[in-house]
Amino acid sequence: MNLITIDDLSISYGGVTALKNVSLTINSGEIVTIVGPNGSGKTSLLKAIIGAVTPVAGEIQIKSGLKVGYVPQRLNLDPTLPISVGRFMRLTEKITKKMCAVALEKAGLPKLMGKQMSQLSGGQLQRVLLARALLGSPQVLVLDEATQGLDQPGAANFYKQIEKLREETGCAVLMISHDLHVVMSASDRVICLNGHICCSGTPQSVVATPEYQELFGTGTDGALALYRHSHDHEHASPTSNSEAIS
Amino acid sequence: MLDDFMIRAFVAGIGLAVVSAPLGCFVVWRRMAYFGEATAHAAMLGVALSLAIQTDVFIGALIFAIIMAWITTQLSGRNYAMDTLLGVFSHSFLAVGLVVVSFLTGVRIDLMAYLFGDILAVSEFDLGVIWTGAVVVLGLILWRWKPLFLSTFNEELSYASGFNPKREQLFLTIGLGITVAVSIKVVGVLLITAMLIIPAAAARNLARDPEMMVFAAAIVSCISVTIGLRGSYIFDTPPGPTIVCVTLFIFVVLNLVNSVRKLTL
Repeated sequence: MNLITIDDLSISYGGVTALKNVSLTINSGEIVTIVGPNGSGKTSLLKAIIGAVTPVAGEIQIKSGLKVGYVPQRLNLDPTLPISVGRFMRLTEKITKKMCAVALEKAGLPKLMGKQMSQLSGGQLQRVLLARALLGSPQVLVLDEATQGLDQPGAANFYKQIEKLREETGCAVLMISHDLHVVMSASDRVICLNGHICCSGTPQSVVATPEYQELFGTGTDGALALYRHSHDHEHASPTSNSEAIS
Repeated sequence: MLDDFMIRAFVAGIGLAVVSAPLGCFVVWRRMAYFGEATAHAAMLGVALSLAIQTDVFIGALIFAIIMAWITTQLSGRNYAMDTLLGVFSHSFLAVGLVVVSFLTGVRIDLMAYLFGDILAVSEFDLGVIWTGAVVVLGLILWRWKPLFLSTFNEELSYASGFNPKREQLFLTIGLGITVAVSIKVVGVLLITAMLIIPAAAARNLARDPEMMVFAAAIVSCISVTIGLRGSYIFDTPPGPTIVCVTLFIFVVLNLVNSVRKLTL
């Protein structure tokens, strides 16, 4: 069933359009990945879903009572802010220290409760953020480039953890990613965004489309292809290319 | 022995110390160090206008400090960064304030008194204003503690948990505005930033969690007020700057102790 339904969504900032006529749905238990060059509106789409941006047109329907777990790209962690991992984990969810310790252990971070957040490595921080998002038993997990700052094995591990999570808890996952080649194998559906939805579908079918290849190259260069081909591309009419996915 | 005016100065100073501790921590955590200063500058226009219409400076300062807080919160992130907007409005408000004062015929006012404050001239009415302001701001921070804290970490995280970070920012800036307004007579606009930032920065060396840092900042402030006032009485130095000097001394000592402790570990 549909957890999130986005219908003909448009977002603009001060008259500059970031997203145009985007329609998509997120079904329970599926892993959906959004790919696209810088400035393609990926983050705007996520922001609209969590309510951080008000769309200029279109509608976002979220199943009532839906629990969303959000994993941010990074924290504005000033070194002057003293807070332990345990305290941070328990900021939003009312849970006991014991539950918190179990969650950290599951995330592969035992004995980290008392450590200061500012002393964590990039990989540890990402896993803490994920563990925190999972505390509320979300039905949808939203991740904004959660593997930024991780090396390739680190990112691959992170996605394996996400897949495992989906199997165990059945929660849907919506994520933005730069790690194209890694993400492809883990996703049920890929949405290629560039101000509008260029193409979407199973990883295999998306990679085969001319729109995807124009944006990211043939994919033989892996993630590097993204940076070499991150120019905007032209379409006769953006509207005609956006499609509703069900 | 302490005279009456010294006791009033002490009570006023402690009120300011207590309210500036939590605000100062947020200012430091959110890297808004410039904000206190900018709000204080803007408040000068309010001071000038209050003198023009012969009302208490607190009213004018409060209105302009809050206008400033509201403008910068609303406009930031659109076309200009918060920093730029603060620069534009703080200096303009200060300049307009000084021009307004020059138009006041027959009124000779010493604006320096409001730049540096005069804690020894605190009246019982001022004490009421300061402590009312302190209680209101402390209540505001206690009420918004969790969302304020969450939005300090990450705006999207705050949205995802159902709190609008812009609104939380407005609460914080209004709290700052009130604090600036009530403390203008006590420490003056130039020293408010010091009272916000230095105790919080010093307290960082003592704290492992946020509440502890606020508590430690309050203790540092209270000690500074007590020693600073006593010192200014004994050495006949200006009280506001003396208080800040004591705070700075504590900051330096705590940092040295912390560095030595890290070296020996």
